[in-house]
Order: sequence, then C-alpha cells, then structure tokens
Amino acid sequence: MSALARFRRSPEGVIGLALLTVLALAALLAPLLFPGDPLRIAGPPLLTPFTDPALPLGTDRLGRNVLAGLVHGARASLIVGLAAALVAVAIGSLVGTLAGFAGGLVDEALMRVVDAFQIVPGFLLALAFVSVLQPTLPVVVTAIALGAWTGPARLARAEVLSIRERDYVAAARIIGMHPLEIALREILPNALPPVLALSAVIVAGAILTEAALSFLGLGDPNIVTWGSMIAEGRAVLRSAPYLSIVPGIALVLTVIGTYLLGEGLAAMLSRRERQA
Amino acid sequence: MNRALRLIGRRAISSIPVLLIVVIGTFFLLELASGDAVDAYLVSIGGGDAALIEHLRQSYGLDQSALTRLWIYVSSLARLDLGWSVAFNRPIAGLILERLPNTLYLMGSATALAFVFGTALGILAGARPGSLGDRLLSIGSLALYAVPSFWLGLVLSVVFAVQLRWLPTSGIETIASGKQGLERALDIIRHLVLPVSALAMIYLALFLRLMRAGMAEIWRLDFVRAARAKGLTRARIVLRHVARNALLPVITMLGLQAASMLGGSVVIESVFAIPGFGRLAQEAVSARDAPLLMGIIVVSAVLVIVVNMLIDLVYAVLDPRVGASEAAS
Repeated sequence: MSALARFRRSPEGVIGLALLTVLALAALLAPLLFPGDPLRIAGPPLLTPFTDPALPLGTDRLGRNVLAGLVHGARASLIVGLAAALVAVAIGSLVGTLAGFAGGLVDEALMRVVDAFQIVPGFLLALAFVSVLQPTLPVVVTAIALGAWTGPARLARAEVLSIRERDYVAAARIIGMHPLEIALREILPNALPPVLALSAVIVAGAILTEAALSFLGLGDPNIVTWGSMIAEGRAVLRSAPYLSIVPGIALVLTVIGTYLLGEGLAAMLSRRERQA
Repeated sequence: MNRALRLIGRRAISSIPVLLIVVIGTFFLLELASGDAVDAYLVSIGGGDAALIEHLRQSYGLDQSALTRLWIYVSSLARLDLGWSVAFNRPIAGLILERLPNTLYLMGSATALAFVFGTALGILAGARPGSLGDRLLSIGSLALYAVPSFWLGLVLSVVFAVQLRWLPTSGIETIASGKQGLERALDIIRHLVLPVSALAMIYLALFLRLMRAGMAEIWRLDFVRAARAKGLTRARIVLRHVARNALLPVITMLGLQAASMLGGSVVIESVFAIPGFGRLAQEAVSARDAPLLMGIIVVSAVLVIVVNMLIDLVYAVLDPRVGASEAAS
C-alpha cells in the first residue's frame, strides 16, 4: 500500500486535511474576499449577526466587519503556527542531532540547555521575550519557538543515538566519510520522520500560544488575530458574547484540524515502520 | 526510603547548573529591553530631573555594568533575596509568596480533578480499544484538548456567571465581605469553580488520551495474554494488569505538565481576575518591571524542579525498579 493510500484510509487524517484546506483557502483568499484593512470601520458598531447581508457576522464594538476579521485572522494563525513550528523543529533537530552525534561534553552541555528551557514555562518565556522586543510577527514566532524546540531536540537526540549504532553508519565511517557528512546525510534524514510526526502537535500548540499572547494584548497590534478578537469581545461579553465566542470556535476548529491531520500522518508513518 | 532520599539529593545537585543557565539566560534576555525599570517608573510619575534619575539608578544599582549586576543578582539569589520591585515598591520575594498560594490552589485542584477523571475515563476508553465508547471518548477528548483555556473560561463565565448567575465572574473572594473561617473558604471555592473547571477540562482530555494510548499499547504485550490464559476476569486484567502499567507514563506527564500549567495560569488568571502568580507576570510585563519578571521566571523554574522531584518520589514508591541500581552500589 502506498503512503497516500494509507493516509486516505485514516478517517481522522482526511477530515483534518479537509478542515485545514478550507482554512488555508480562506487565509490565501482573504485579500480577495475582503480587500482592504480588516481593522477599518465597515458599519455601525455592534451590528447583530445575520441582519445585514453585506456584514453577515455583524460588527464589533468599533464597527469592524467580524467575518473579514475572522478570515484575515486565519492568515495570522496559520502563518504563526507553521512558522513557529518550522523554527522549533529546525532548531530542535539540529541541536538534538549535534548532541546525539557528538556525545561527551558537547552532549552534556547541550542537554543542560534543553533542561533549562524545559523548566521555564514556555508561555512565561514567550511573554518575557515579546515584552522585551517589539510585538512584531517575527518576534512572536521566535518567542513561541523558544518554548517549543526542546521536544524535537530530545526526540532527535534519542533517534540519533539509536541510529548511529546501525550498520550503514559504520559502513559510512569505514569508507571515510567526514563525520559532519555522516551526521547530516546519513543520520539526520533517518531521524527526521518521528520528529515530523511530532510537528502537528507543535503547530497546534503554537497556534494556541499565539492566540493566548494576542489575547493578552502582546500580539502584533497591526494584524487581526483570533486571540485579539476574543479579547476585543470581552469588553461587551454581557451584551454581545458571540464576538468572543465566534473567533474561539474558529480557533478550536483549526487546532482540531491540525491534530487530526497529525494523527493521519502518524498512522501513515507508523504503518510503514511496522512493515520494515 | 533511603533510596528515595538519595534520588532527591542527586536530582537537587544536578538541577543547580540548569537553574544557573535559566538565571543567566533570563538576565541577558531582559538586558535586551530598551529602557529599564527607572525609565518605566519615570513615565508613570510624569518624568523627573537628571539628579533624580541619577539617584534612582544608583539606588537600584542600575548604574553598574551588566556583569557586575549579574554577579550581585546571583549572589543575592543564593541568600533567597530576589531583589526589589520598582512597580510595587516592595521586596519581590514577599510579593511572589503572597500571590503564589492562589495559583497553587487553582493549579492543584485543577490537576487533581483532571488526573482523577482523566485517568478514570481513559481506563474506560482503553478497556476496549476500538469500541464505540472508546471512539466517542477519543473524539471528545481530542476536541476538548483543542480548546484554548482562556476561551473556555470566557464561555463558562458567559453561561454560568452572566446568564445563569450561579457563580461569580471574577476575583478570588468577595471583596470586603468580612467573611471568616469556613465561610471565607466556601466563598473562595465558589470563586474558583469556573477557572478550575476550565483548566481541569482541558488537562482531563490530555490525561484521558495518554492513559488510553498507553493501555492500547499494553494490550498487545505478552503478560496480558498470560493473564488471559490464566483465566482472570476481564475487569481484573483491565485494572490490575493493563491500567496499572499504563499509569506510569501518565504520572511522568504530570511532572512535564507542571511548566505548561504555570504558563497557562497567566491567561486563566487574567480572564477571572485572580490575583495570583500568573497575573503578577502580566502586571510585571505591563509595568516593565524587569527584576520582578526575572524573579517570577526563576521562582517558576524552581517550582517546576520541585514538582518533578515529587514526581520522582512517587515513581520510586510505585516502581521498585527506579533507583534500585544506584541503591545497590
């Protein structure tokens, strides 16, 4: 059975892929569907949903189009989630591979740094990082990645430790391959699949962290995010609770989609491993 | 018991260099900030002349070089002195100690509830992997785990505090109610119901999934087949053989989650206006009080280390293999 067929046979993966495809389309087409700044005033404030066909989900306290915010918010969530996970997995697998391959003092030192990052609550670190620098998109991405790279690092190290004892690595050493080349060309590609299976969880975590940061007002103020929309709606939580509830539902669906897709990918990878 | 103590001792010694990395790393991270606590203070009082600024910098030691201040910080930390908060104008250690209990009640009760109900439901799901009940619980827990805690808190407070008016929306207790003793305790519990439920529901999902996944793995092992062959009842196999062995990784996760729970307290305490540790972190950020933020990060790292030591102890009690090799030598 090919990898694709295995993926299609997992209902979780297919549902997750469908959810995320819709979201990605919304995110990609946001500037076409709702041109202009989603933060601009589009109508009267606190317009009830389903009353004006031009503003189907109504407006917030300042008269901003909720649907436009929602669609543009998908962009922020997906970009930050993917970018932060990419940075975290890249740093993590690099550090983990290095530690596992070098061993000895280098390994010891690197793993103590990993320990240090693990005992500091990731969200506090992100909070400190964003507050020290300016809350721009790259800073938020780095802040989230800082709290997420240790998982991939530990996993990559464990994989490398088991792979480096295998015969083909010994063979590469015997034919005189440079240690760095062995690490990057023989070990890293084989250590990567389990780390990638972890990345769906990291993307989901990054999306939730970004939402929490912007909920606390520490996101980029020039970008609409679901977290900032939820925070915006808090001021009128008694009279218009849907302003906080709707972006939250979008957030939950995105994260569920990511988890489901991750399960589908994991099923695809694990079945291949069992065959081998 | 000796074995457990030795384990704790080893753990404590090995965490000192890690804590030092945290302190040094955080110190230099906060050094990157443009403007220091004195600048933030001057903005809040509407500015001041050069002599005052000079005096303030000197009194907080901010006129020294970064390395000197790092050395002073580390050596005062060794005496459990966390320095002085500019924003609150009082010692940081006292401030944190005052806020910490609220967060520990919140986290402790949420973790306990999540652990008990999460593992119980996990056993229910893992008892028959692939059954309808298992699938429903798995899907439900996946959906629950995708919910951001602060949003769940808001939704719960819309339903139970705003619409139904059953519970208070915010705070840790009724202000100036003059309640004492048991009455006051009940008042605090009433205030904590919503934030604790919001947190517990999300972590419950995590423990459920972990327990279920662990049990699904263990069903395939040989000793389960042996137990079946012995003719044990299914209930006994599920509880004594499968669930019991699946519990160990869940307990490990309890320790790993300590850091993320402390981080999560920031948002949930902000939603419910609970004057706790997490809210203090947010206040430190908005007041640009770097020493306070530093103190909060260092204390939370120590807390995480302590929680993990406790988990190690529990582990040593539950699993006789742990630390046995060191005790023998």
